[in-house]
Amino acid sequence: MTPAPAWRRVVPPVIVLLLVAAIWDLVVHLGHVQDYIFPSVENVFRSLVKNWSGVLASATWITFQEMLYGFLISIALAAAISLALHTSATLRGAIYPLLIGSQAVPIVVIGPILAIIFGYGISPKLIIVAITCFFPIVVNLVDGLASVDPDLIKVMRTLDGSRLATLFRVEVPSALPSFFSGLRIAAVYAPIGAVFGEYAGSQNGLGYVLIQATPQLNTDLVFAAVLLLTVMSILLFVGLSLLEKICCPWAGKGKK
Amino acid sequence: MTSTAGSTASEPEAGIRLKDVGRAFGATVAVSGVGLTVPLHGHLSIIGPSGCGKSTLLNVISGLDDPDEGTVEVLGATTSQDRLRRCAWMPQRDLLLPWRDVLGNAALALENQGMRRKAARAQVAGLVERFGLGSFERKLPHQLSGGMRQRVSFLRTLVAGKEVLLLDEPFGALDSITRADLQYWLRSALETEPRTTVLVTHDVEEALLLGDQVVVMSARPGRVAAQYATGFPAEASRRELLRLPEFTELRDELLARLEAAS
Repeated sequence: MTPAPAWRRVVPPVIVLLLVAAIWDLVVHLGHVQDYIFPSVENVFRSLVKNWSGVLASATWITFQEMLYGFLISIALAAAISLALHTSATLRGAIYPLLIGSQAVPIVVIGPILAIIFGYGISPKLIIVAITCFFPIVVNLVDGLASVDPDLIKVMRTLDGSRLATLFRVEVPSALPSFFSGLRIAAVYAPIGAVFGEYAGSQNGLGYVLIQATPQLNTDLVFAAVLLLTVMSILLFVGLSLLEKICCPWAGKGKK
Repeated sequence: MTSTAGSTASEPEAGIRLKDVGRAFGATVAVSGVGLTVPLHGHLSIIGPSGCGKSTLLNVISGLDDPDEGTVEVLGATTSQDRLRRCAWMPQRDLLLPWRDVLGNAALALENQGMRRKAARAQVAGLVERFGLGSFERKLPHQLSGGMRQRVSFLRTLVAGKEVLLLDEPFGALDSITRADLQYWLRSALETEPRTTVLVTHDVEEALLLGDQVVVMSARPGRVAAQYATGFPAEASRRELLRLPEFTELRDELLARLEAAS
Protein backbone atom coordinates (compact mmCIF):
# COMPACT_ATOMS: atom_id res chain seq x y z
CA MET A 1 0.00 0.00 0.00
CA THR A 2 1.49 3.34 -1.03
CA PRO A 3 0.70 6.29 1.23
CA ALA A 4 -1.30 9.16 -0.23
CA PRO A 5 0.89 11.92 -1.68
CA ALA A 6 1.73 14.71 0.77
CA TRP A 7 -0.56 17.31 -0.81
CA ARG A 8 -3.59 15.03 -0.47
CA ARG A 9 -3.04 14.86 3.27
CA VAL A 10 -2.25 18.55 3.74
CA VAL A 11 -4.61 20.36 1.41
CA PRO A 12 -8.05 19.22 2.74
CA PRO A 13 -7.45 20.21 6.40
CA VAL A 14 -5.94 23.53 5.27
CA ILE A 15 -9.07 24.26 3.22
CA VAL A 16 -11.28 23.48 6.23
CA LEU A 17 -9.10 25.68 8.43
CA LEU A 18 -9.35 28.61 5.99
CA LEU A 19 -13.12 28.13 5.78
CA VAL A 20 -13.44 28.22 9.58
CA ALA A 21 -11.30 31.38 9.71
CA ALA A 22 -13.40 33.00 6.99
CA ILE A 23 -16.68 32.21 8.75
CA TRP A 24 -15.18 33.43 12.04
CA ASP A 25 -14.18 36.77 10.51
CA LEU A 26 -17.50 37.09 8.70
CA VAL A 27 -19.46 36.59 11.92
CA VAL A 28 -17.26 39.03 13.86
CA HIS A 29 -17.53 41.71 11.17
CA LEU A 30 -21.22 41.34 10.40
CA GLY A 31 -22.13 41.12 14.08
CA HIS A 32 -19.96 44.10 15.00
CA VAL A 33 -18.47 42.02 17.85
CA GLN A 34 -16.02 44.01 19.98
CA ASP A 35 -12.36 42.96 19.86
CA TYR A 36 -12.16 42.48 23.64
CA ILE A 37 -15.04 40.01 23.50
CA PHE A 38 -14.09 38.04 20.42
CA PRO A 39 -11.38 39.36 18.10
CA SER A 40 -11.35 38.74 14.37
CA VAL A 41 -8.69 36.43 12.95
CA GLU A 42 -7.21 39.45 11.25
CA ASN A 43 -6.78 41.29 14.56
CA VAL A 44 -5.31 38.22 16.27
CA PHE A 45 -2.56 38.19 13.65
CA ARG A 46 -2.17 41.97 13.93
CA SER A 47 -1.68 41.58 17.68
CA LEU A 48 0.73 38.70 17.09
CA VAL A 49 2.92 40.88 14.87
CA LYS A 50 2.64 43.96 17.10
CA ASN A 51 3.54 42.11 20.33
CA TRP A 52 6.02 39.62 18.86
CA SER A 53 9.29 41.38 19.67
CA GLY A 54 8.05 42.98 22.88
CA VAL A 55 6.30 40.13 24.67
CA LEU A 56 5.52 37.06 22.64
CA ALA A 57 8.95 36.07 21.31
CA SER A 58 10.56 35.72 24.73
CA ALA A 59 7.38 34.19 26.21
CA THR A 60 7.28 31.60 23.43
CA TRP A 61 10.95 30.79 23.91
CA ILE A 62 10.47 30.32 27.68
CA THR A 63 7.41 28.11 27.27
CA PHE A 64 9.10 26.14 24.50
CA GLN A 65 12.04 25.38 26.79
CA GLU A 66 9.75 24.30 29.62
CA MET A 67 7.85 22.04 27.24
CA LEU A 68 10.91 20.52 25.65
CA TYR A 69 12.98 19.91 28.78
CA GLY A 70 9.97 18.70 30.74
CA PHE A 71 9.15 16.35 27.87
CA LEU A 72 12.71 15.01 27.73
CA ILE A 73 12.80 14.45 31.51
CA SER A 74 9.48 12.66 31.22
CA ILE A 75 10.77 10.41 28.43
CA ALA A 76 13.87 9.45 30.41
CA LEU A 77 11.87 8.67 33.56
CA ALA A 78 9.13 6.84 31.66
CA ALA A 79 11.63 4.71 29.75
CA ALA A 80 13.50 3.72 32.92
CA ILE A 81 10.32 2.92 34.84
CA SER A 82 8.73 1.03 31.92
CA LEU A 83 11.81 -1.18 31.57
CA ALA A 84 11.81 -1.85 35.30
CA LEU A 85 8.08 -2.67 35.28
CA HIS A 86 8.53 -4.90 32.26
CA THR A 87 11.41 -6.88 33.74
CA SER A 88 9.94 -7.46 37.18
CA ALA A 89 6.44 -8.79 37.71
CA THR A 90 6.71 -7.91 41.40
CA LEU A 91 7.45 -4.27 40.63
CA ARG A 92 4.67 -4.21 38.06
CA GLY A 93 2.18 -5.54 40.59
CA ALA A 94 3.32 -3.02 43.19
CA ILE A 95 3.67 0.12 41.09
CA TYR A 96 1.41 -0.07 38.04
CA PRO A 97 -1.89 0.36 39.94
CA LEU A 98 -0.41 3.36 41.77
CA LEU A 99 0.69 4.89 38.48
CA ILE A 100 -2.83 4.68 37.15
CA GLY A 101 -4.21 6.00 40.42
CA SER A 102 -1.80 8.94 40.31
CA GLN A 103 -3.61 10.17 37.22
CA ALA A 104 -6.58 11.02 39.41
CA VAL A 105 -4.56 13.77 41.13
CA PRO A 106 -5.46 17.02 39.35
CA ILE A 107 -2.39 18.76 37.92
CA VAL A 108 -4.01 22.17 38.44
CA VAL A 109 -3.80 21.60 42.17
CA ILE A 110 -0.18 20.45 42.15
CA GLY A 111 0.96 23.64 40.40
CA PRO A 112 0.64 26.07 43.33
CA ILE A 113 2.14 23.53 45.74
CA LEU A 114 5.20 23.14 43.51
CA ALA A 115 5.42 26.93 43.21
CA ILE A 116 5.54 27.16 47.00
CA ILE A 117 8.30 24.55 47.18
CA PHE A 118 10.41 25.54 44.17
CA GLY A 119 9.57 29.19 43.60
CA TYR A 120 8.92 30.99 40.33
CA GLY A 121 11.83 29.50 38.35
CA ILE A 122 11.74 26.87 35.63
CA SER A 123 11.88 23.77 37.87
CA PRO A 124 8.20 23.59 38.96
CA LYS A 125 7.17 23.93 35.28
CA LEU A 126 9.50 21.13 34.27
CA ILE A 127 8.03 18.93 36.97
CA ILE A 128 4.46 19.64 35.89
CA VAL A 129 5.20 19.08 32.20
CA ALA A 130 7.03 15.88 33.10
CA ILE A 131 4.07 14.66 35.19
CA THR A 132 1.50 15.44 32.48
CA CYS A 133 3.54 13.73 29.76
CA PHE A 134 4.62 10.78 31.88
CA PHE A 135 1.43 8.74 31.93
CA PRO A 136 0.73 8.27 28.19
CA ILE A 137 4.39 7.45 27.58
CA VAL A 138 4.60 4.82 30.33
CA VAL A 139 1.29 3.16 29.49
CA ASN A 140 2.10 2.86 25.79
CA LEU A 141 5.65 1.69 26.38
CA VAL A 142 4.68 -0.94 28.96
CA ASP A 143 1.93 -2.15 26.60
CA GLY A 144 4.34 -2.22 23.67
CA LEU A 145 6.94 -4.19 25.60
CA ALA A 146 4.35 -6.68 26.78
CA SER A 147 2.70 -7.25 23.40
CA VAL A 148 5.73 -8.70 21.64
CA ASP A 149 4.92 -11.73 19.50
CA PRO A 150 5.53 -14.68 21.88
CA ASP A 151 6.89 -16.75 18.97
CA LEU A 152 9.66 -14.16 18.54
CA ILE A 153 10.68 -14.81 22.14
CA LYS A 154 10.69 -18.55 21.44
CA VAL A 155 12.89 -18.02 18.37
CA MET A 156 15.29 -15.95 20.47
CA ARG A 157 15.51 -18.76 23.03
CA THR A 158 16.48 -21.29 20.35
CA LEU A 159 19.00 -18.79 18.95
CA ASP A 160 20.88 -18.57 22.26
CA GLY A 161 19.33 -15.21 23.18
CA SER A 162 19.79 -14.31 26.84
CA ARG A 163 17.07 -12.45 28.74
CA LEU A 164 18.97 -9.18 28.16
CA ALA A 165 19.57 -9.88 24.46
CA THR A 166 15.86 -10.60 24.04
CA LEU A 167 14.98 -7.35 25.80
CA PHE A 168 17.21 -5.13 23.67
CA ARG A 169 17.15 -6.98 20.35
CA VAL A 170 13.46 -7.94 20.29
CA GLU A 171 11.24 -6.37 22.93
CA VAL A 172 12.53 -2.79 22.87
CA PRO A 173 12.58 -2.43 19.06
CA SER A 174 9.16 -4.00 18.69
CA ALA A 175 7.80 -1.61 21.33
CA LEU A 176 9.11 1.46 19.46
CA PRO A 177 5.97 2.20 17.39
CA SER A 178 3.85 1.97 20.52
CA PHE A 179 6.38 4.18 22.37
CA PHE A 180 6.03 6.80 19.63
CA SER A 181 2.22 6.80 19.90
CA GLY A 182 2.68 7.56 23.58
CA LEU A 183 5.11 10.37 22.74
CA ARG A 184 2.67 11.91 20.27
CA ILE A 185 -0.13 11.96 22.83
CA ALA A 186 2.27 13.39 25.42
CA ALA A 187 3.35 16.11 22.96
CA VAL A 188 -0.22 17.36 22.92
CA TYR A 189 -0.30 17.52 26.73
CA ALA A 190 3.09 19.20 27.13
CA PRO A 191 1.93 22.81 26.45
CA ILE A 192 -1.04 22.35 28.80
CA GLY A 193 1.40 21.33 31.55
CA ALA A 194 3.64 24.28 30.85
CA VAL A 195 0.73 26.74 30.96
CA PHE A 196 -0.59 25.28 34.23
CA GLY A 197 2.89 25.61 35.67
CA GLU A 198 3.04 29.24 34.63
CA TYR A 199 -0.45 29.95 35.97
CA ALA A 200 0.73 28.80 39.40
CA GLY A 201 3.47 31.42 39.49
CA SER A 202 5.80 32.80 36.86
CA GLN A 203 7.40 35.93 35.47
CA ASN A 204 7.40 35.03 31.79
CA GLY A 205 6.03 32.51 29.31
CA LEU A 206 2.86 32.21 27.27
CA GLY A 207 0.86 31.11 30.32
CA TYR A 208 2.05 34.27 32.07
CA VAL A 209 0.94 36.32 29.02
CA LEU A 210 -2.48 34.64 29.15
CA ILE A 211 -2.96 35.31 32.84
CA GLN A 212 -1.92 38.96 32.41
CA ALA A 213 -3.85 39.70 29.22
CA THR A 214 -7.17 38.08 30.14
CA PRO A 215 -8.20 40.42 33.01
CA GLN A 216 -7.03 43.40 30.92
CA LEU A 217 -9.50 42.28 28.24
CA ASN A 218 -6.55 42.20 25.85
CA THR A 219 -8.36 39.37 24.11
CA ASP A 220 -6.55 39.53 20.79
CA LEU A 221 -3.26 38.98 22.65
CA VAL A 222 -4.83 36.02 24.49
CA PHE A 223 -5.79 34.47 21.18
CA ALA A 224 -2.34 35.16 19.75
CA ALA A 225 -0.75 33.33 22.70
CA VAL A 226 -3.14 30.40 22.30
CA LEU A 227 -2.28 30.28 18.60
CA LEU A 228 1.44 30.10 19.40
CA LEU A 229 0.86 27.32 21.95
CA THR A 230 -1.12 25.36 19.38
CA VAL A 231 1.54 25.81 16.71
CA MET A 232 4.27 24.59 19.09
CA SER A 233 2.23 21.54 19.99
CA ILE A 234 1.62 20.72 16.33
CA LEU A 235 5.30 21.19 15.49
CA LEU A 236 6.29 18.83 18.29
CA PHE A 237 3.73 16.30 17.06
CA VAL A 238 4.90 16.53 13.45
CA GLY A 239 8.56 16.36 14.51
CA LEU A 240 7.86 13.16 16.45
CA SER A 241 5.99 11.64 13.51
CA LEU A 242 8.98 12.33 11.26
CA LEU A 243 11.34 10.88 13.85
CA GLU A 244 9.19 7.76 14.02
CA LYS A 245 9.35 7.35 10.23
CA ILE A 246 13.14 7.48 10.47
CA CYS A 247 13.43 5.20 13.51
CA CYS A 248 10.81 2.62 12.52
CA PRO A 249 10.77 2.38 8.71
CA TRP A 250 9.18 -1.05 9.00
CA ALA A 251 6.15 0.05 11.06
CA GLY A 252 2.79 -0.33 9.38
CA LYS A 253 4.29 -2.16 6.43
CA GLY A 254 2.04 -5.20 6.01
CA LYS A 255 3.69 -7.92 8.06
CA LYS A 256 4.74 -6.84 11.48
CA MET B 1 10.69 -50.48 2.71
CA THR B 2 8.64 -50.47 5.90
CA SER B 3 10.48 -50.62 9.21
CA THR B 4 8.88 -50.99 12.59
CA ALA B 5 8.79 -48.05 14.94
CA GLY B 6 11.61 -47.59 17.43
CA SER B 7 13.11 -51.02 16.86
CA THR B 8 16.37 -49.69 15.47
CA ALA B 9 18.97 -50.64 18.09
CA SER B 10 20.05 -47.56 20.04
CA GLU B 11 23.31 -46.78 18.31
CA PRO B 12 25.53 -44.39 20.26
CA GLU B 13 25.57 -41.84 17.41
CA ALA B 14 21.81 -41.33 17.59
CA GLY B 15 20.99 -37.67 17.05
CA ILE B 16 17.58 -37.62 18.70
CA ARG B 17 15.98 -40.30 20.86
CA LEU B 18 12.48 -40.12 22.34
CA LYS B 19 11.20 -42.81 24.71
CA ASP B 20 7.53 -43.05 25.74
CA VAL B 21 7.15 -39.30 25.53
CA GLY B 22 3.84 -37.91 26.76
CA ARG B 23 2.70 -34.32 27.15
CA ALA B 24 -0.70 -33.10 28.30
CA PHE B 25 -2.14 -29.62 28.66
CA GLY B 26 -4.69 -29.82 31.41
CA ALA B 27 -7.12 -32.56 30.43
CA THR B 28 -5.98 -32.56 26.80
CA VAL B 29 -3.38 -35.21 26.07
CA ALA B 30 -1.40 -33.83 23.13
CA VAL B 31 1.00 -36.71 22.65
CA SER B 32 1.34 -40.03 24.41
CA GLY B 33 3.84 -42.89 24.35
CA VAL B 34 5.88 -41.54 21.46
CA GLY B 35 9.13 -43.33 20.72
CA LEU B 36 11.38 -42.09 17.93
CA THR B 37 15.01 -42.31 16.93
CA VAL B 38 16.71 -40.09 14.42
CA PRO B 39 20.32 -40.95 13.58
CA LEU B 40 22.95 -38.22 13.40
CA HIS B 41 22.42 -36.20 10.18
CA GLY B 42 19.21 -38.13 9.56
CA HIS B 43 16.09 -36.42 8.31
CA LEU B 44 12.79 -37.32 9.92
CA SER B 45 9.48 -36.11 8.54
CA ILE B 46 6.38 -36.18 10.71
CA ILE B 47 2.93 -36.05 9.16
CA GLY B 48 -0.42 -36.39 10.83
CA PRO B 49 -3.89 -34.89 11.08
CA SER B 50 -4.31 -31.39 12.51
CA GLY B 51 -4.03 -31.26 16.27
CA CYS B 52 -2.12 -34.52 16.57
CA GLY B 53 0.58 -32.91 18.67
CA LYS B 54 3.22 -32.50 15.98
CA SER B 55 4.18 -29.03 17.12
CA THR B 56 4.09 -30.12 20.75
CA LEU B 57 6.58 -32.83 19.88
CA LEU B 58 8.93 -30.30 18.29
CA ASN B 59 8.67 -28.00 21.30
CA VAL B 60 9.49 -30.92 23.57
CA ILE B 61 12.51 -31.94 21.51
CA SER B 62 13.81 -28.37 21.26
CA GLY B 63 13.79 -27.78 24.99
CA LEU B 64 11.22 -25.00 24.74
CA ASP B 65 9.00 -27.45 26.61
CA ASP B 66 9.49 -30.56 28.74
CA PRO B 67 7.59 -33.85 28.48
CA ASP B 68 5.35 -34.98 31.36
CA GLU B 69 6.38 -38.57 30.77
CA GLY B 70 9.28 -40.34 29.12
CA THR B 71 12.71 -39.10 28.15
CA VAL B 72 14.09 -36.93 25.40
CA GLU B 73 17.70 -37.08 24.38
CA VAL B 74 19.30 -34.75 21.85
CA LEU B 75 22.93 -35.63 21.13
CA GLY B 76 23.15 -36.98 24.64
CA ALA B 77 21.57 -33.90 26.23
CA THR B 78 18.53 -34.50 28.41
CA THR B 79 17.79 -31.25 30.28
CA SER B 80 15.76 -28.61 28.47
CA GLN B 81 18.60 -26.09 28.87
CA ASP B 82 21.07 -28.38 27.16
CA ARG B 83 18.59 -29.34 24.46
CA LEU B 84 17.95 -25.67 23.68
CA ARG B 85 21.67 -25.25 23.15
CA ARG B 86 21.65 -27.99 20.50
CA CYS B 87 18.41 -27.27 18.68
CA ALA B 88 17.29 -24.53 16.35
CA TRP B 89 13.58 -24.09 15.71
CA MET B 90 12.01 -22.72 12.56
CA PRO B 91 8.26 -22.16 12.54
CA GLN B 92 5.80 -21.69 9.69
CA ARG B 93 5.89 -17.91 10.04
CA ASP B 94 9.30 -16.56 9.15
CA LEU B 95 9.41 -14.44 12.35
CA LEU B 96 12.18 -12.23 11.05
CA LEU B 97 12.88 -9.14 13.10
CA PRO B 98 11.31 -6.41 10.94
CA TRP B 99 13.83 -3.77 12.04
CA ARG B 100 16.85 -5.82 10.97
CA ASP B 101 17.98 -6.16 7.37
CA VAL B 102 18.78 -9.53 5.80
CA LEU B 103 22.34 -9.57 7.13
CA GLY B 104 21.22 -8.44 10.58
CA ASN B 105 18.58 -11.15 10.79
CA ALA B 106 20.95 -13.83 9.57
CA ALA B 107 23.59 -12.70 12.09
CA LEU B 108 21.21 -12.65 15.06
CA ALA B 109 22.37 -15.91 16.63
CA LEU B 110 26.04 -14.97 16.32
CA GLU B 111 25.36 -11.67 18.09
CA ASN B 112 23.44 -13.55 20.78
CA GLN B 113 26.47 -15.78 21.21
CA GLY B 114 28.54 -12.68 21.96
CA MET B 115 30.03 -11.78 18.60
CA ARG B 116 30.31 -8.07 17.73
CA ARG B 117 27.70 -6.78 15.28
CA LYS B 118 30.16 -5.97 12.52
CA ALA B 119 32.04 -9.25 12.76
CA ALA B 120 28.78 -11.21 12.82
CA ARG B 121 27.48 -9.44 9.72
CA ALA B 122 30.77 -10.01 7.92
CA GLN B 123 30.70 -13.68 8.83
CA VAL B 124 27.21 -14.33 7.46
CA ALA B 125 27.71 -12.23 4.32
CA GLY B 126 29.31 -15.16 2.49
CA LEU B 127 26.47 -17.51 3.35
CA VAL B 128 23.87 -14.90 2.37
CA GLU B 129 25.64 -14.55 -0.97
CA ARG B 130 25.81 -18.31 -1.46
CA PHE B 131 22.10 -18.69 -0.79
CA GLY B 132 21.30 -16.22 -3.53
CA LEU B 133 20.34 -13.33 -1.27
CA GLY B 134 23.48 -11.27 -1.85
CA SER B 135 21.80 -8.38 -3.66
CA PHE B 136 19.16 -8.16 -0.92
CA GLU B 137 21.49 -8.16 2.08
CA ARG B 138 20.54 -4.62 3.11
CA LYS B 139 16.79 -4.98 2.55
CA LEU B 140 14.34 -5.08 5.44
CA PRO B 141 11.99 -8.09 5.66
CA HIS B 142 8.94 -6.14 4.44
CA GLN B 143 10.80 -5.43 1.20
CA LEU B 144 11.22 -9.16 0.48
CA SER B 145 8.86 -11.75 -0.99
CA GLY B 146 7.46 -14.49 1.23
CA GLY B 147 9.82 -17.09 -0.27
CA MET B 148 12.85 -14.90 0.30
CA ARG B 149 11.84 -14.17 3.87
CA GLN B 150 11.55 -17.88 4.55
CA ARG B 151 14.99 -18.39 3.04
CA VAL B 152 16.45 -15.74 5.34
CA SER B 153 14.68 -17.37 8.26
CA PHE B 154 16.22 -20.71 7.37
CA LEU B 155 19.62 -19.09 6.96
CA ARG B 156 19.29 -17.53 10.40
CA THR B 157 18.50 -20.99 11.79
CA LEU B 158 21.53 -22.50 10.06
CA VAL B 159 23.90 -19.77 11.22
CA ALA B 160 23.06 -20.56 14.84
CA GLY B 161 25.35 -23.55 14.30
CA LYS B 162 22.95 -25.96 15.96
CA GLU B 163 23.32 -29.62 15.16
CA VAL B 164 19.57 -30.19 15.12
CA LEU B 165 17.05 -28.28 13.00
CA LEU B 166 13.39 -28.49 13.95
CA LEU B 167 11.20 -27.33 11.10
CA ASP B 168 7.53 -26.74 11.90
CA GLU B 169 5.70 -26.56 8.56
CA PRO B 170 8.35 -24.17 7.29
CA PHE B 171 6.76 -23.70 3.88
CA GLY B 172 3.11 -23.92 4.89
CA ALA B 173 2.42 -20.25 4.27
CA LEU B 174 3.84 -20.15 0.75
CA ASP B 175 2.24 -20.67 -2.66
CA SER B 176 2.87 -24.07 -4.26
CA ILE B 177 5.48 -22.91 -6.81
CA THR B 178 7.57 -21.10 -4.20
CA ARG B 179 7.13 -24.04 -1.90
CA ALA B 180 8.41 -26.58 -4.45
CA ASP B 181 11.28 -24.24 -5.16
CA LEU B 182 12.22 -23.96 -1.51
CA GLN B 183 11.85 -27.68 -0.82
CA TYR B 184 14.41 -28.33 -3.50
CA TRP B 185 16.58 -25.53 -2.21
CA LEU B 186 16.41 -26.88 1.34
CA ARG B 187 17.45 -30.34 0.15
CA SER B 188 20.58 -28.98 -1.48
CA ALA B 189 21.28 -26.67 1.46
CA LEU B 190 21.22 -29.66 3.82
CA GLU B 191 23.63 -31.51 1.58
CA THR B 192 26.25 -28.79 1.91
CA GLU B 193 25.45 -28.16 5.59
CA PRO B 194 24.61 -31.58 7.02
CA ARG B 195 22.30 -31.42 10.04
CA THR B 196 19.89 -33.65 11.87
CA THR B 197 16.41 -32.46 10.98
CA VAL B 198 12.88 -33.08 12.13
CA LEU B 199 10.28 -31.71 9.74
CA VAL B 200 6.62 -31.39 10.60
CA THR B 201 4.35 -31.01 7.59
CA HIS B 202 0.86 -31.51 6.17
CA ASP B 203 2.25 -32.20 2.76
CA VAL B 204 2.99 -35.87 2.06
CA GLU B 205 5.20 -35.14 -0.96
CA GLU B 206 7.19 -32.66 1.08
CA ALA B 207 7.62 -35.28 3.81
CA LEU B 208 8.96 -37.79 1.28
CA LEU B 209 11.15 -35.26 -0.47
CA LEU B 210 12.86 -33.97 2.65
CA GLY B 211 12.86 -36.99 4.96
CA ASP B 212 14.74 -40.25 4.89
CA GLN B 213 12.25 -41.47 7.48
CA VAL B 214 8.57 -40.59 7.56
CA VAL B 215 6.42 -41.00 10.64
CA VAL B 216 2.62 -40.90 10.51
CA MET B 217 0.97 -39.80 13.72
CA SER B 218 -2.53 -40.66 14.85
CA ALA B 219 -5.17 -38.14 15.85
CA ARG B 220 -5.10 -36.82 19.41
CA PRO B 221 -3.60 -38.11 21.61
CA GLY B 222 -0.77 -38.22 19.09
CA ARG B 223 1.03 -41.53 18.81
CA VAL B 224 3.30 -43.00 16.17
CA ALA B 225 0.88 -44.84 13.89
CA ALA B 226 3.37 -45.95 11.27
CA GLN B 227 6.95 -45.39 10.27
CA TYR B 228 8.56 -45.68 6.84
CA ALA B 229 12.08 -45.42 5.52
CA THR B 230 12.33 -43.62 2.22
CA GLY B 231 15.75 -43.53 0.57
CA PHE B 232 15.23 -41.98 -2.83
CA PRO B 233 18.25 -40.84 -4.81
CA ALA B 234 19.30 -37.47 -3.41
CA GLU B 235 20.19 -36.04 -6.79
CA ALA B 236 16.79 -36.82 -8.34
CA SER B 237 14.72 -33.78 -9.17
CA ARG B 238 11.18 -33.42 -7.97
CA ARG B 239 9.85 -34.24 -11.41
CA GLU B 240 11.94 -37.40 -11.64
CA LEU B 241 10.81 -38.49 -8.20
CA LEU B 242 7.18 -37.96 -9.10
CA ARG B 243 7.73 -40.40 -11.98
CA LEU B 244 9.27 -43.11 -9.78
CA PRO B 245 6.70 -45.83 -9.06
CA GLU B 246 8.20 -46.42 -5.58
CA PHE B 247 7.69 -42.76 -4.78
CA THR B 248 4.08 -42.61 -5.91
CA GLU B 249 3.25 -45.92 -4.23
CA LEU B 250 4.64 -44.76 -0.92
CA ARG B 251 2.90 -41.41 -1.32
CA ASP B 252 -0.45 -43.13 -1.87
CA GLU B 253 0.11 -45.42 1.07
CA LEU B 254 0.98 -42.47 3.32
CA LEU B 255 -2.12 -40.62 2.15
CA ALA B 256 -4.23 -43.68 2.99
CA ARG B 257 -2.58 -43.93 6.41
CA LEU B 258 -3.17 -40.27 7.02
CA GLU B 259 -6.82 -40.63 6.14
CA ALA B 260 -7.17 -43.63 8.42
CA ALA B 261 -5.48 -41.70 11.23
CA SER B 262 -7.75 -38.66 11.11
